[in-house]
Amino acid sequence: MSRVLVTTLALLLALAANAPAKTPIKLKLGDVAPQFVRGDLQGHPFDLKAQRGRIVLIDFWASWCPPCIVAIPHLSQLQKKYGARGFQVVGVSMDDSANTTKETMKKIRFNYPVVLGDAKLGNLYGGVLGLPQQFLIGADGKILAIRSGAFEPTALDKGIAAALKKIGPS
Amino acid sequence: MRLAILTHLLTILLLAPLTASAAPGDALTIPAAVQIQPAELAAMLKAGDTPPILQVGFSVMYQQAHIPNSQYAGPGNKDDGLLNLKSHADLLPRDKLVVIYCGCCPWEKCPNIAAAYKQLIGMGFTKVRVLYLASNFGADWVDKGYPVTRGG
Repeated sequence: MSRVLVTTLALLLALAANAPAKTPIKLKLGDVAPQFVRGDLQGHPFDLKAQRGRIVLIDFWASWCPPCIVAIPHLSQLQKKYGARGFQVVGVSMDDSANTTKETMKKIRFNYPVVLGDAKLGNLYGGVLGLPQQFLIGADGKILAIRSGAFEPTALDKGIAAALKKIGPS
Repeated sequence: MRLAILTHLLTILLLAPLTASAAPGDALTIPAAVQIQPAELAAMLKAGDTPPILQVGFSVMYQQAHIPNSQYAGPGNKDDGLLNLKSHADLLPRDKLVVIYCGCCPWEKCPNIAAAYKQLIGMGFTKVRVLYLASNFGADWVDKGYPVTRGG
């Protein structure tokens, strides 16, 4: 009996291993941002769910992505400007290794948490198949804006300010 | 305003050592004649006329999705990535069509594609075509409904 069970389980595992990877679901405005918990590279845990009630910007970036690197000081400025009002940036590095990201973090100052992303997290966000890519998340956890391509700090600043207005006085 | 300009300049200076092997913008030096548009390559795949295809970008991107039967041979911005490309290219005939692509970021900012192209030309390949992805692989290939293989 137990041999049958083991064989069945082994067969199921083999089938699962060979099954084609699922097509990620493309996220759209109003969708609840997929949950994730990861340790950041500064040594603290980051739980997206714990940010409920705040406006969150998820910035998918990588050391090899020139427009992403250019955006980082602007994101740090936005974090400094709006952090006390309930705004939080989290960087998700899509570098192939944590060491590459850590090297970049030695050269550029981040005043917000940076977690290491991977294909799994990319797929969770609909497939991050080009950088930079950003998701602005509202206080209710729903996606307010999705941005990709050239970084536009003024438009982002306006979007954050508008979202913060809804959760409290300026 | 001055602070923003200063920040931008400082960032560019800091960025320089991060992209040592191939400066971003080099993709603009790739001749238009060797570029292949996504629709053209997709039509070739549909017809079953598939040349060797090498992805010369980053493995996290390849692991999420790639062109069916393409091989990971990057990243083109690193010396070990170019060695990886060489090891794949060494198995291919120099006088037959080979397609390379990246799509990690906008074409003019790509740190990989020009270095990979130069490497293949330097190895004596005579029919290299470079897939032109204006924005990125997601927007210009996956979102257009062209075929992909998911997972690494």
